Amino acid sequence: MSAVLTSEIVKTFANVHAVNGISLAVPDGEFMVLLGPSGCGKTTFLRIICGLERQTAGDVMIGGSVVNDIPPRARGVAMMFQSYGLYPHYKIRDNIAFPLRTQRVPRAEIEKRVEWASQLLSIGHLLDRRPRQLSGGERQRVALARALVREPTVLLLDEPLSNLDAKLRASARNEIKQFQQRVGTTTIYVTHDQVEAMGMGDRIAVIDRGMVRQVGTPTEIYDDPADRFVATFVGTPPMNLVAWNRGHVGFRPENFLPRDLIADSAVTEFSFRVDRSEYLGSERIVYGVLDGCDAAHEITAKLPPAHVAEESIRPGEWHSFAVRNSALCYFDYDGKRTNRH
Amino acid sequence: MVAIAEKAARPASRLQFILDRPGVLGALFVSPAILYVLALVGVPFLLAIYYSLSAFTIYSQSYRFVGLRNFVDIVNDPVFRQTLLNTFVFTFGSQILGLILGKFGALMLLRPFPGRKLVRALIILPWAVPVALATVAWEWMFDSLYSVINWMLIALGIITRSHAPNWLGTPDLAMLCVIVVNAWRFFPFAIVIFLAGITAIPQDVLDAATVDGAGFWRRNYQIILPMIAPIVVVGLVFGIVFTFTDLSIVYLLTNGGPVNATSVLGYEGFQVGIISGDVAHGAAISLFMLPLLFVLVLVMLRMIRRQEI
Repeated sequence: MSAVLTSEIVKTFANVHAVNGISLAVPDGEFMVLLGPSGCGKTTFLRIICGLERQTAGDVMIGGSVVNDIPPRARGVAMMFQSYGLYPHYKIRDNIAFPLRTQRVPRAEIEKRVEWASQLLSIGHLLDRRPRQLSGGERQRVALARALVREPTVLLLDEPLSNLDAKLRASARNEIKQFQQRVGTTTIYVTHDQVEAMGMGDRIAVIDRGMVRQVGTPTEIYDDPADRFVATFVGTPPMNLVAWNRGHVGFRPENFLPRDLIADSAVTEFSFRVDRSEYLGSERIVYGVLDGCDAAHEITAKLPPAHVAEESIRPGEWHSFAVRNSALCYFDYDGKRTNRH
Repeated sequence: MVAIAEKAARPASRLQFILDRPGVLGALFVSPAILYVLALVGVPFLLAIYYSLSAFTIYSQSYRFVGLRNFVDIVNDPVFRQTLLNTFVFTFGSQILGLILGKFGALMLLRPFPGRKLVRALIILPWAVPVALATVAWEWMFDSLYSVINWMLIALGIITRSHAPNWLGTPDLAMLCVIVVNAWRFFPFAIVIFLAGITAIPQDVLDAATVDGAGFWRRNYQIILPMIAPIVVVGLVFGIVFTFTDLSIVYLLTNGGPVNATSVLGYEGFQVGIISGDVAHGAAISLFMLPLLFVLVLVMLRMIRRQEI
């Protein structure tokens, strides 16, 4: 059964289509990531599921029933906000207890549940402090505890890691993912960060201009992009695109290697002029142009530095590079994926 | 090049860049304000303290020191005790009414509706209109013969002409009138305070409360009010201090009457000290408020600090 099911959700703000017909099914227990550039409508879509915005058209179903006219508090959803939205005047204990108090849960039960949630996220020692006395990572855990204490059908997370510094973000990412697996709550996670999306999502829905471009596992999204937008949005550096037969052919930088590094014979060869290269320790990014292509159209190659010595690739030199034919993606003139070569 | 280098090498006069020193420039900028406060607040204040401890009247200008006798005199005076009570009723009555009006006004002005900008501008008017002008208008509304309020109540059939209330002629009603007029003057300020406070609350917090199941009342009284309490308390301290020391509305509307029913400390101090010329007792009445206000302000500022922890 789908925990969340939306059909043809449209949201219009004064002639702007923020959400332009999103249909999405999130099965029970899944960790679904909504990935897209800022302003693509992913947060608006999340707020519609939550009930904080009313959609212009379309239906939202949660746990099998249509919830279009049901207020957020009765939808069985919990949401964690970008800046957490903790209540600054309440102690942590009261912050976590708040969603239970509004539902008039008996006092003893509240204490038990707060205890359970704070154990789960190991924030027991913070219960008598106030939000402003907590670090960013601690606040994030408190917000998660507050969201989970009601045991919601769906947990909605709106860019929960964007307020943390880079180091903390990596550990928090891991924590949320492990935690979700343990509790098994259906989760919808909004982010613009593809590393978060790839690392955390069971499945990813790539959203652009209010529409879903592709839904799939991280592997499908990366290896098998449905269109040019997905291909270039996911991956750092993004997929290289070369004009081809009125459309484009694309290949990932890590598949674009010196010819002699590929043992396979089913390859497509390119003549590649190296402009500059960056050594990043675990990899070397080489920038250049292809023979017969626009000189402003930069192509990147990601090379394993252990195999390619610095001296062998110098700026200005032409080299023979190749891509395995199986790693090539073809796109139509309108950007859709095609098998036509 | 050589000439320039030599010029720079010469030691500059100690005073040449004196205005670049923050200490000097700061003191220079602040000094007019300090002089102003010292001359127009500090000196009269010290003078008032001295008057209150002396036997000074405008008829016998004696600086003879009499200790706290003036204070004992006024405390023994039933009119003064009534005045003191009136002052508390007037101040807290009008502040509470103003805060309630301000809270609801702010909630209304937060919702988008056609003409909101115009209403927002107009609502500041009671605050901006000169107090004398506004009070005269209110005086007409409360007039025993021409009261437009009574006219409406009669037209609606709520009261009859023979039972029409004499707003300013009945002690309790007169107090109600001065409270209403003062609240009317204070509430735009309260609206501004509430608007500033509410718009400063992060949207995430309000959304979180909605998702967590808080309805309108819970959101207002458990989330919004506690969060804006510090700024509201600051506004309230100002309101209380100004109302405690205010005499204009009472002076213009009721002259303290009927039979001292609306007399407040500021008005009484003015009556005794200036109109009657008993400067010593007038000063004592005026300064009677000082320790009260001082304690009040301290308590409130304490509350703010506790909120912030």
